[in-house]
Amino acid sequence: MTGITNVLIAGLGGQGVLTASDLLAFSAFEFGFDVKKSEIKGMSQRGGSVSSDVRFGKKVWSPMIPPCEADYLVVLEPTQIEPNLFMLKEGGLLITPKEIDLNKLPGKQTINSALLGALSLFLPIPVEIWFKVMSKIFLNEKFEKNKVAFLLGCDSFVKKPVNVSIQNNQL
Amino acid sequence: MVDEEKLLLTGDEAVGLAAKHLGVALGTGYPGTPSTEILEYFSEIGGKAQWSPNEKVALEVGIGVAFAGARALVTMKHVGLNVASDSLFASAYTGVYGGLVIVSADDPGLASSQNEQDNRRYAVSAGVPMFEPSDSQEAYDFTIAAFELSEKWQIPVLLRMTMRVCHSRTIVIPKKDLTSKNPLGYVKDAQTRVLIPAYARFAHRRLRKKLGELKEWSEDCPFNFSIFKDKSLGIITSGISFVHTCEAEPDTSVLKLGFTYPLPIKKIAEFVNQVEHCIVVEEGDPYLYESIRASGINVDGKDESYRFGELNVERVRNIIQKKPESERKIPPGKPPQLCDGCQYRIVYDTLSRLGCIVSGDIGCYTLGVLPPFNAMDTCLCMGASIGVGLGLRHSLSEEKARKVVSVIGDSTFIHSGITGLVEMVYNPPPTGHVVIILDNQTTAMTGLQEHPGTGRKLNHEPTNRVVIEDLVKAIGVKNLHIVEPRLGSDSFEKLLNESLNKEELTVIIARRPCLLASKKLKKYQRCEDVKKEVNREKK
Repeated sequence: MTGITNVLIAGLGGQGVLTASDLLAFSAFEFGFDVKKSEIKGMSQRGGSVSSDVRFGKKVWSPMIPPCEADYLVVLEPTQIEPNLFMLKEGGLLITPKEIDLNKLPGKQTINSALLGALSLFLPIPVEIWFKVMSKIFLNEKFEKNKVAFLLGCDSFVKKPVNVSIQNNQL
Repeated sequence: MVDEEKLLLTGDEAVGLAAKHLGVALGTGYPGTPSTEILEYFSEIGGKAQWSPNEKVALEVGIGVAFAGARALVTMKHVGLNVASDSLFASAYTGVYGGLVIVSADDPGLASSQNEQDNRRYAVSAGVPMFEPSDSQEAYDFTIAAFELSEKWQIPVLLRMTMRVCHSRTIVIPKKDLTSKNPLGYVKDAQTRVLIPAYARFAHRRLRKKLGELKEWSEDCPFNFSIFKDKSLGIITSGISFVHTCEAEPDTSVLKLGFTYPLPIKKIAEFVNQVEHCIVVEEGDPYLYESIRASGINVDGKDESYRFGELNVERVRNIIQKKPESERKIPPGKPPQLCDGCQYRIVYDTLSRLGCIVSGDIGCYTLGVLPPFNAMDTCLCMGASIGVGLGLRHSLSEEKARKVVSVIGDSTFIHSGITGLVEMVYNPPPTGHVVIILDNQTTAMTGLQEHPGTGRKLNHEPTNRVVIEDLVKAIGVKNLHIVEPRLGSDSFEKLLNESLNKEELTVIIARRPCLLASKKLKKYQRCEDVKKEVNREKK
């Protein structure tokens, strides 16, 4: 479907997949997009695969990304690339922890914010909006750490040549 | 920038918000994916909500609230309505005075359930009107409409949601001038509310009359509407299937049904007449298809293969184009497992080593069925472990019967294991029986909810505690042991072995707080301590 950006975030239970997809969904919402976010949880706390679909644009109908239509696949755990790769469209962009300098990460739990930082380079949502939403989701020290991780993600990615660029639909 | 009036809510949160805006007097339920967050959110934003021991009790409390003239919201997952169905059918006959809305959250695709039952069948079977929202805005709007309808016709209303509606975040614009209603007050009306046969005969006729009126209402209500575009094809749809359809077929005519029992048959016939060809697109059972065909209207349905699992845009496209299921092979993800360090690991290691026949139950501990344990033989529904275990003991050879153990969690035991234990004491198998209650002091599977055995309410504040061991003793079980299974100690194995060899009735409570809950438990304890301290100073 034209005019919709589809982001699939995947990982394992307990990694913060749902927090990451909330951060993305609320940022897109704050920017003024129509947003739908969907997820399967329930057994997720037991370390199993978890994934969350975030879709935004002028008008979104289904909350689920159709197979082979994800523009971006953000994976928090390398083992979760394979089970989710079929969702990525041809020419879509895969973002994994490999892109991030993990030594500079202010805590293991902030990897999701770093990956969203990398993703943010391709989206029209300004960094102030991301931080505004982030300040509501994470409190005090956690917020500062996630901010650092987000910026680290932004930096890590620009340094590398990006083979795919996707035109985002401006409002 | 986003309009301040807009919210981005899950379907569950939208129902909770509507309940708050409507001044619902009490929300009751039992935790169950995907319904759990409704009452949690309602409580978080200031509503009064409580977990009941099971769905049947939750519904009965809700019926009482409505008899008293106030509004009640009762929430449960689809299989919970099986437990509550006795009360559901009866309340359809008695009707209600204040509004009563029952949320059934179905799980097509079995993300976290034992079956894919389609609870739209319950609306027909019990004779209660039903709404089916497609997104969070409708979840909010339909909750309001359901209460209005419940009060106007004095009838309980079913709000049937599904996983993707419950757990998806979509935009909601709340209504501005909703007024919460004061309770109407109590009016004694035994002829309506006491279902002795002499009164119930009238009650049945009264119910059918209401449903007849609601059938007319359904024809003109704003929740069932047609969108006419290209008329070579028409699609009749409801719930989540509607949004998939709009994406899959943006140029096709659609009849969107939001109020799906009683169905607006005249409106459906008109729609079908206006289009060249008509197909029904629905998730789960062919409920709409069968009802429409039974009314003599010629529509097409989906292939039987689409009865299974959730629909999505791709599957809806295939249904419409009469294509078979996509043959794409999806690599399996990582299955969930028991947490590292979970006490249940030790229990299942032992059961596996001793070669026990394990009659299991519903909760995290059902994961004992998977490798490396492979230590579960049966698991059906909440509370079934004890009855099924007893049945096995009654009929297996003595040698095998002696190996049978029932395993049940603390919340599940209180939900529907107590009567199983009564059966065990009343009809003991010749070889006795062993029941292990895995007491991790929380409802872990659904996300750490409280239950009567934790001594804390839904909002985690302290209340009376139901003491499981006292209950077991009172029922008359001869041998009761409370243990904490520990790594590197064989005391649990010894105890289990002794109990199996004894051929008597034994309950072993394996108790240790859930690892995921322990941080929270400490926090609640601190809150309680601070409160006590403050009270002491006041004195």
